[in-house]
Amino acid sequence: MSKVKLPYLLLLPGFLFLFTFFILPIANLAQTSTQTPIADGDTGQYEQTLRFSNYLDAFTENQEQFARSFVFALCATVLALAISYPLAYAIAFKAGRLKNFLLVLVVAPFFVSFLLRTVAWKQILGEEGFIVPSLRTFGIISESTTLTSTSFAVIMGMTYNFLPFMTLPLYASLERIDPRTMEASGDLYANGITTFRKVTLPLSMPGVVAGTLLTFIPAAGDYVNAAILGSPNTRMIGNVIESRYFKIVDYPTAAALSFTLMLAILILVTLYIRKAGTEELV
Amino acid sequence: MADASSATRGDLRLTRITKTYGDFTAVNDLSLTIPEGSFFALLGPSGCGKTTTLRMIAGLEEPNVGSIHLGATDITTKRPYQRPINTVFQNYALFPHLTIFENIAFGLRRRGIKNVDADVNKVLELVELPHLAQRKPTQLSGGQQQRIALARAIVNRPALLLLDEPLGALDLKLRRQMQIELKWIQREVGLTFVHVTHDQEEAMTMADTIAVMNEGEIEQMGSPADLYDNPETAFVANFLGQSNLIKGRIEGTDGDNLVVDLYGQKIGMPKNRSHAVDNSIYAGIRPEKFRISLVGTPTRGNTLTGGRIEDVSYIGVSTQYQVMMPWGQEVMVFEQNDDGVAPFDKGDEVVISWEPNFTFALRGDEDAEAGTEVIPEDLDEE
Repeated sequence: MSKVKLPYLLLLPGFLFLFTFFILPIANLAQTSTQTPIADGDTGQYEQTLRFSNYLDAFTENQEQFARSFVFALCATVLALAISYPLAYAIAFKAGRLKNFLLVLVVAPFFVSFLLRTVAWKQILGEEGFIVPSLRTFGIISESTTLTSTSFAVIMGMTYNFLPFMTLPLYASLERIDPRTMEASGDLYANGITTFRKVTLPLSMPGVVAGTLLTFIPAAGDYVNAAILGSPNTRMIGNVIESRYFKIVDYPTAAALSFTLMLAILILVTLYIRKAGTEELV
Repeated sequence: MADASSATRGDLRLTRITKTYGDFTAVNDLSLTIPEGSFFALLGPSGCGKTTTLRMIAGLEEPNVGSIHLGATDITTKRPYQRPINTVFQNYALFPHLTIFENIAFGLRRRGIKNVDADVNKVLELVELPHLAQRKPTQLSGGQQQRIALARAIVNRPALLLLDEPLGALDLKLRRQMQIELKWIQREVGLTFVHVTHDQEEAMTMADTIAVMNEGEIEQMGSPADLYDNPETAFVANFLGQSNLIKGRIEGTDGDNLVVDLYGQKIGMPKNRSHAVDNSIYAGIRPEKFRISLVGTPTRGNTLTGGRIEDVSYIGVSTQYQVMMPWGQEVMVFEQNDDGVAPFDKGDEVVISWEPNFTFALRGDEDAEAGTEVIPEDLDEE
């Protein structure tokens, strides 16, 4: 076999897979998004009329859910970063022989289904859990306040569910840092805080960028957490798409919403990566 | 250049330092004074405690016992960033996210110096790399990174500059070149350099004073010539160059000389070159101090007869001989190829002779092999 052809041959399985399960569905979704109902047809029967105002209608009707999706995803991402950074730092630099064990613990939730874990959170935050009664005992929340079916519960659920996606890339980039560069920083008159600001944090930026993207993108499109832990008042765009598609059988609106979400995420991510200036990093 | 340390300058004094890790003693009751302005080398095989000593001076480790003074200031428990001491790390440890300029300016900026341009540019000129100021460390060769690491440290004009195997990662040719350059830079900037190395040739080329370390203790300290010509222990005799150590007895004295019996043959040596505690000694002679002559030709100085050449290695400037002595010991002899005399052949019956002043004597209860079997190429250990 010639050496020139080999790389293409190696690409082939991946390309076929992506074509079948990504390109074709996307194309199908695109053409669905501009359809309209057939005049005397049954529910769920649509024809192609290239009605691009489907997009405008879908967006204007659901602005609130769009906004909420991004706010929730942002909150979950910030929380996950705040929890993961010290955790990843400790595993990378302070764990010693426990390093691998702790990494297994970070990944351990994946051994239980996503749905089950989210339902478990419903119990943790519910009346029968220990959190609500304890908070009431200490007078932190009033007797009438509940935690389930709130924005708080949805954000907590997302933070929890996407935490490993934040921790692992952070760990990977922290672990790559030569500890000698931190020693060198101390040697060059930087105290612990300055060393973190000037050396450790900048060197871990690839992990921060990767972790925030891996958390924010799925969180923005998530509907499971809002469905299980939220209420009609905490509906995210994922929930709207889900109900349009499976309950109302309004395929064009669901497709238009999906595309709008994709585009919005794409724009936000592009701006973010530009701002974070990852090309400046090693 | 901005001075990091106008307040604390002076000699560095380590007083009875001990550092243990679990039940391993890395440094054992070590006392040492490094005079201001000197180029000082800590030389020893890997695991001898030299890097631990350096890290305690830098503040990266704290001794269990003992104190470290810089001039009149006790710095034993000071944090690294509180010491007017900078380090050139073994693998340079340049900051990969900063430009060369910012790497060098790092220490100045941390000390609140606003205008760093002049200092940074001056030190870049000193290491002859001003054109690389805006590059990143990964775009530099090993030799260039080494110079930048040096520049990043000396720009602060520390009271003490520590060099941790700074040339270990360079190839031989570059290493020789950097040795000369480092020595020149040390004279140019007039700072105290403390250099840790396992490479005896490197230490001897650069340092004014060498402390030879072994198993957490200093075996001997002195100028390169002192250590080489008059080693006090078998470890030093073998670790710095090569030595022939021949078992013997002191039989008596003759003026300022000792009369020594080596397997029935009498030799003389100066009294003050004996480090023995009793009559049992090892007489030490460096291989290049020996002369070889065929049986029957006249000799002068000390003479040992009954040798037979076992092996001849011609290496250009010199020829190395292995000579089997009558008591079954092989001694090594290096002869310069400068007299046009045809080298001796394997099997020749020879007499070896040398000037009595070149003899040194070690304690007879020492391990004559100490320091010979060290494999010093383990850079990342310690």
